[in-house]
Amino acid sequence: MMELTLSLGMGVLVASGVWLAMRPRTFQVIVGLCLLSYGVNLFIFAMGRLVTGAAPIMPKGGFVNPDAYADPVPQALVLTAIVIGFATTALFLVVIMAARGFTGTDHVDGKEREQ
Amino acid sequence: MTPPPHIIVLPILIPLIAGAIMLMYDERQRRLKLGLGILACVLQLGVAIALILRAGGSSELGRNIVTLYLLGDWPSPFGIVLVLDRLSALMLLLTSVVALPALIYAGAGWHRNGQHFNALFQFLLMGINGSFLTGDLFNLFVFFEVMLAASYGLLLHGSGRVRVGAGLHYIAVNLLAAMLFLLGVALIYGTTGTLNMADLATRIPHLSEADRPMIHAAAALLSGAFLIKAAMWPLCFWLPNAYGAAAPPVGAVFSLLTKVGAYVIIRLGLLLFGPVAGESAGFGAQVLALGGMATMAYGSLGVLAAQDLGRMTGNLVLVSSGTLLAVVGLAMIYDDAPMLTGALYYMFASTLGLAALFLLAEPIGRKEEGIAGLLAVTAEIYGLDPEEEEDEPRQEGTAIPGATALLGMSFLACVLVVAGLPPLAGFLGKFGMLSSAVQRAWSLPGMWGHWAFVVLLILSGFCTLIALMRWGIQSLWANSDEPPLPVMEALPILMLVGTVGLLTVQAEPALRYIDRTAEALTENAVYIGGVMTAPPVSPEALAPEPLTPEPPPAAAPAPDASGADPAADSPQAQAELP
Repeated sequence: MMELTLSLGMGVLVASGVWLAMRPRTFQVIVGLCLLSYGVNLFIFAMGRLVTGAAPIMPKGGFVNPDAYADPVPQALVLTAIVIGFATTALFLVVIMAARGFTGTDHVDGKEREQ
Repeated sequence: MTPPPHIIVLPILIPLIAGAIMLMYDERQRRLKLGLGILACVLQLGVAIALILRAGGSSELGRNIVTLYLLGDWPSPFGIVLVLDRLSALMLLLTSVVALPALIYAGAGWHRNGQHFNALFQFLLMGINGSFLTGDLFNLFVFFEVMLAASYGLLLHGSGRVRVGAGLHYIAVNLLAAMLFLLGVALIYGTTGTLNMADLATRIPHLSEADRPMIHAAAALLSGAFLIKAAMWPLCFWLPNAYGAAAPPVGAVFSLLTKVGAYVIIRLGLLLFGPVAGESAGFGAQVLALGGMATMAYGSLGVLAAQDLGRMTGNLVLVSSGTLLAVVGLAMIYDDAPMLTGALYYMFASTLGLAALFLLAEPIGRKEEGIAGLLAVTAEIYGLDPEEEEDEPRQEGTAIPGATALLGMSFLACVLVVAGLPPLAGFLGKFGMLSSAVQRAWSLPGMWGHWAFVVLLILSGFCTLIALMRWGIQSLWANSDEPPLPVMEALPILMLVGTVGLLTVQAEPALRYIDRTAEALTENAVYIGGVMTAPPVSPEALAPEPLTPEPPPAAAPAPDASGADPAADSPQAQAELP
């Protein structure tokens, strides 16, 4: 059930993200990219396999049963990916604002399509 | 005598520290920042030369040395490693050889056109160098993002409507590529449980039937990200716009960025899906070969269609990277080291030529008439703004006499290199590729892929020649103005052309080095052995047993603790193959 919910969630996020990223308005593109990155981040997280109630940090010394712990690597990876994705999206936002200032339109090509 | 092993981490540390120091000075101290930047680039060049001597082996020929640097001193497959082998040393040298002239050129005026140019330039170099050195997929992602974030800033440097428009598309495309990269990395980790490239290569032949499609899907996603960067058709639509809009020194260093994508394709393609990869051998090679050839064709047509030199050079970047990708594809299918030699040599020479063309575009275009009149007619079709010229920086420094002659000769040299005509280095590379392709095609009938490649390679050189000569006649011959050419702009162009000349004169050692590189690439046991057998430094790190049974690579050479003993402060291991 947990797997199904998670994969449906990722699917909806990625599908909406791809659709929005293809839209002609810069704001739609940036929201689409954000949704895509949420989907991707969930996917990275899920690659450590889904477990409940397991800590990723093991105690020091003695025998440790790895089955009782969650895989820490994807959690570290997803943290890095979130930070980098956040920074680049913020940068993209600035560029979008600059493009809006230069062209006076929020179309991705910098000019409205002629009707 | 070998240099100390810590030298491997220097190509990352030097630009990082230089860039960080620059951030502390405000924009009024540009001269200081420029001086610091040039110093950092000179240091990187020195380090790159030392590393290439190290990777090539100092005493006798044919030694392929893989040097490892354990960051954090975890035992090899678990921690993040930096790996230096022949290919990465070659790419580091290419980076520093292109970066130094580009920065000097920027010092002639462009670095004054916006904020933090020098710091961004150093961070870009850090990302590029890190991508070449890392032996870990996720670390590669981080360095990729460092490089891309800096490249966004540099592309927008100088601002203006065209640049911001091109930057918008460039950033969107690269953000999408980053998502593909992350998906691929996560899938690889979920399937194999490792992100170390060498460890991955040992596991791929032993994957279960259920896991194999997963790793193929992951590889396809990953190569999607790298092929966007390397600009393989049909993922290359963004490149001519972005590169044409960038400031000239930025365009020159950007000619390196496609090579980073191509480098990762070469590295991972031959390491993970080389001939020893069991059932996965040659996965995706046809796509690379066909896509590379399509890129060559598309780039050649683009060169013919382009009207200004910046755009032409953007399309030539496509041709250069398409050639390399096609050869990698063919080499993966047929295990063809000699062709790879030619391609790597051509890549080195053509990148220098392309960087010089990016730099040449501005001083030649400063003439009043000539191409400018033609441009005004066609500029609108291509979305270029004719009135964009006002953001050109004020020039400083004394102009040198005989500018037209100097520019003309440099332009000619670049054309010869990029089109692959004798007597310069581009010809040697192309000749190497052609002769081994034809040889291969004769010996095995039905090799239409090789014939198609031969035809496309000759045709693309021909198209390049036509387009560049047409442009050169219009703007250099049919125009008698003497453009002002400051020393700071002439010097970097001469440096790049001089490096091409050096590469031509010293073709024998260069080709020998690259030949060994290609051989080492097709036999990846050396790389894997070098990475997997590294002893950690501190005694307690030796204690944990590897959690998974590690199938030792078949031809793994014994680790050779040259230099200091492993318990001293040398986190470094060497594997040598005579």
